[in-house]
Amino acid sequence: MNVVPPTSQWNELIRPDRVHGSLYTDPSIFAAELANIWYRSWVYVGHESEVPNANDYVVKSIGPQSIIMTRDEQGKVNLLLNRCSHRGNQVCSYARGNARSFTCPFHSWTFANDGRLVGYAFPDGYEGQDKSQLALGRVTRVESHRGFVFGSFAAEGPTLMEHLGGAAETIDRLVRSSPEGEVEITAGFLKHRVKANWKFILENECDGYHPAFVHTSIFGVADSMIGKLYGGTSTALTRDYGNGHTEVDLRPEFRKRDQPMSWFGTSEERLPDYTARMKAAYGDTAARKIMIDGTPHVMIFPNLFIAEIQMFVIQPLGVDDSVQHVTALQFKGAPDLNRRLRQQTMGSVGPAGFLLADDSEMYERCHRGVLARNPEWIFLGRGEKRERRDELGFTVGHVTDEVPSRGIWHHYRKLMEAA
Amino acid sequence: MLASESSAALMSTVTAFLYREARLQDEHQYEAWERLWTDDGVYWVPANGGDIDPERQMSIIYDNRSRIALRVRQLMTGKHFTQTPQSNLRRLVSNIELMDQQPDNGDIAVASNSLIFESSLRDDTLWAARNEYRLRYVVGELRIATKKVVLVNNDKAIYTLSFLV
Repeated sequence: MNVVPPTSQWNELIRPDRVHGSLYTDPSIFAAELANIWYRSWVYVGHESEVPNANDYVVKSIGPQSIIMTRDEQGKVNLLLNRCSHRGNQVCSYARGNARSFTCPFHSWTFANDGRLVGYAFPDGYEGQDKSQLALGRVTRVESHRGFVFGSFAAEGPTLMEHLGGAAETIDRLVRSSPEGEVEITAGFLKHRVKANWKFILENECDGYHPAFVHTSIFGVADSMIGKLYGGTSTALTRDYGNGHTEVDLRPEFRKRDQPMSWFGTSEERLPDYTARMKAAYGDTAARKIMIDGTPHVMIFPNLFIAEIQMFVIQPLGVDDSVQHVTALQFKGAPDLNRRLRQQTMGSVGPAGFLLADDSEMYERCHRGVLARNPEWIFLGRGEKRERRDELGFTVGHVTDEVPSRGIWHHYRKLMEAA
Repeated sequence: MLASESSAALMSTVTAFLYREARLQDEHQYEAWERLWTDDGVYWVPANGGDIDPERQMSIIYDNRSRIALRVRQLMTGKHFTQTPQSNLRRLVSNIELMDQQPDNGDIAVASNSLIFESSLRDDTLWAARNEYRLRYVVGELRIATKKVVLVNNDKAIYTLSFLV
């Protein structure tokens, strides 16, 4: 059975201002996405700080596939497929650890943490066999930017930096909130499952139209400043960086406030240690600018969402089955900031989070909603007439406009048509 | 003999208290549930096992008293959409034990198991947990000083948990 729809189908389903509901619900389209997006383009897998020492490993994923991210004896980060080259058994059953090798429990085949087959039981049965032909599978290309490790199963194609394009700068901007210029992923992940297609999550991350409504319950009782950022008179922007990467740029609002750390609802006075370290690292003027601008709100296609204080990794398991892996961002050399980041992250996201429980409710209701057959389309035309180019040539719009969704679908169509 | 009699009386009081808490939770009596807490209450639902350090690692819920109040106030708005409409809930609480090791400060260490059936717009979901409490008498009434809920599957991806567990 050919599960990949014909190329001509995509321009029927994806129009400039609307997309067809079946894109979220058709199992054959989901299978095509695994082949053309998840198993071809660059996908975020993990962060180097999750395997700080030689022989550390942590189990990650690319779509439904289990990936072991290891740091080998030489210090190199490897992305190995969790599948014995003998009969397919999973060689690693723990979420993380430190191991020089993985021994398959089925027939005791043993693999080094760089993927090499180093031994099998009763080797006389394999006389003349070249062990190098029986290594663990690997993610074909592995590259990282500022510690964020991405993988691609395509032997050829754009480099990671070509893929990130203009969005690479958002990651550079992120790490500058550390006085040492590094993010650390050390607080463990919450894993929030939703019965909805992964693209509802992807598109919502930079949708600035919903917060005033979906999050009205918490904004109302928590006396939050966040709601105003997404109001009709906000000067914040939505941006399409191309290649499916999208941003809500809140800096115009934070610059109006002109208060360091206001982006995080706090102040220099409440974080004296952090403030001193930032000024020592960058100088007073640059530190002040970084601390006014805050960290980015950017969705790196298809699965890495940096949401100011936390990081989400989107994992599709099935056409209506997705997991949001989420953790607090931690900035190297900023313990007082990091504590607050963990506290705020635990309150707002994950299965019981004040914000994400409601977002996830919307994903699930949307998924059930689009199973209805009429109207067939999802309408994404908000702000189409008023979008414009910024000084770098990227498309921007009002914070409530659907510039991000249109950018995502434009890139999605290119990937699907390229198959 | 006296000791075992007072222990049986305490067990009876604690059991009634835990059943009452369960009913308030199942029936979304948010404010009545909030009144069960001490002023320094801590409500903790860890992730990725039961023995993580909540000051260092992500938990599903790690509420101090003011955040418990915020959680209740969000539920009370009627616009917390994940609970609008509310889940239909019934839970069984069992295996209630007074712990052998009791705290020095007079708090009462109690544990129970719970099995919760949730029916929501998404689907029917079964939850199972080990619950560890520190209870305290405040002006003659039992109150919850800490409650730790260790979901059996807290190392896995779980659905939205927006009712009071």
